[in-house]
Amino acid sequence: MCATCGCADDGTAGPGVRVIDPAHPERHVHPHADDGPEHRHGTRVDDHAARTVALEVDLLAKNDDLAGHNRDWLAERGIVALNLMSSPGAGKTTLLERTIRDLGAELPCAVLEGDQETLLDAERIGSTGARVVQINTGAGCHLDADMVADGLRTLAPERGCLLFVENVGNLVCPALFDLGEAARVVIMSVTEGADKPLKYPHMFRTADLVLLNKIDLLPYVDFDVDRCIAGARRAKPDVAVLEVSATRGDGLDAWYAWLRRARAR
Amino acid sequence: MHELSITQSVVAAITQRMGDAPVRRIRLEIGRLSGIVPDSVRFCFELVAAGTTCEGAELEIDEPAGRAHCRTCGTGFDTAEVLPLCDCGSADVEVLGGSELRIREVEVGTCARPADVPTTARPGPGSG
Repeated sequence: MCATCGCADDGTAGPGVRVIDPAHPERHVHPHADDGPEHRHGTRVDDHAARTVALEVDLLAKNDDLAGHNRDWLAERGIVALNLMSSPGAGKTTLLERTIRDLGAELPCAVLEGDQETLLDAERIGSTGARVVQINTGAGCHLDADMVADGLRTLAPERGCLLFVENVGNLVCPALFDLGEAARVVIMSVTEGADKPLKYPHMFRTADLVLLNKIDLLPYVDFDVDRCIAGARRAKPDVAVLEVSATRGDGLDAWYAWLRRARAR
Repeated sequence: MHELSITQSVVAAITQRMGDAPVRRIRLEIGRLSGIVPDSVRFCFELVAAGTTCEGAELEIDEPAGRAHCRTCGTGFDTAEVLPLCDCGSADVEVLGGSELRIREVEVGTCARPADVPTTARPGPGSG
């Protein structure tokens, strides 16, 4: 068993976060190695005699600090990062495969794939030719800024690229964690309930774009598109909403136009 | 279960700032609209604090209520909803408070506490 991250020697078990280059899956990466976005630590107070010490520290301060470093690191390289979040099965990976195949020649793309376990999604993305690194969170339910910093070191994305960070499928936990992204994209699909935006307001109120996926299935499901969009706009009044089908291609031109604008900003 | 990593960051922030001083009490502020469940933080705390200077510390959590202001009728009101509606029917409501997520203060000792003296006042099963 690895003493640094707790994974088993065969890389198949253990509780720690693992950053895996699918081209070299036997070489997992430990946190805090080599170059890449720096870690910064707070100031230590050595006043041990005090009985009660006012700290007034934000609980998310460490993550927000690391996210700020990621944001600076990405900006220095002209990389636009998008944090893609959804419940499991909304079609994030399928959308990315299609997007990279359609846009890859025009816009270089790289992907950080977040999942609890397996290299399956990284292998799918890798088959498109895009550079990809898998982050397995083990027991973790979301990506945080530290994991993304570790992932960026291994990924080494090229300057000026579009970086997709596919978060762990979960509409709750990822909402609270800034990763250093330029924008947040929440994907939901018409096979889910139209009331998702109201049931998961923390996720939708920080979205910059909501993609409503699988609209090719609308004739077969009972899904009220207007009610869904109204819910999303109640959570975030000015949020952009695009209706797409990653498999059939509906609405993807508008998605690609949004990506080009995000990169131009 | 994002409360696990939140609790880890609480313990890390305190041990980093307070050095080797044994921590007796920790006071957090977790607003009711913050997206963090205080009971889950309490559940995680004992596990996360084990083996650190925070082990055995009493955990106090203030839970400020959500506060909202209706932009339509001007009324201010308390709310437990992340997306509140005003009694006047308007959804154009600004949330002003309830999102707090802070470590307010810690109480530390000057020496390691005796192992046989309990310093916590955790409620037993059924009393909390």
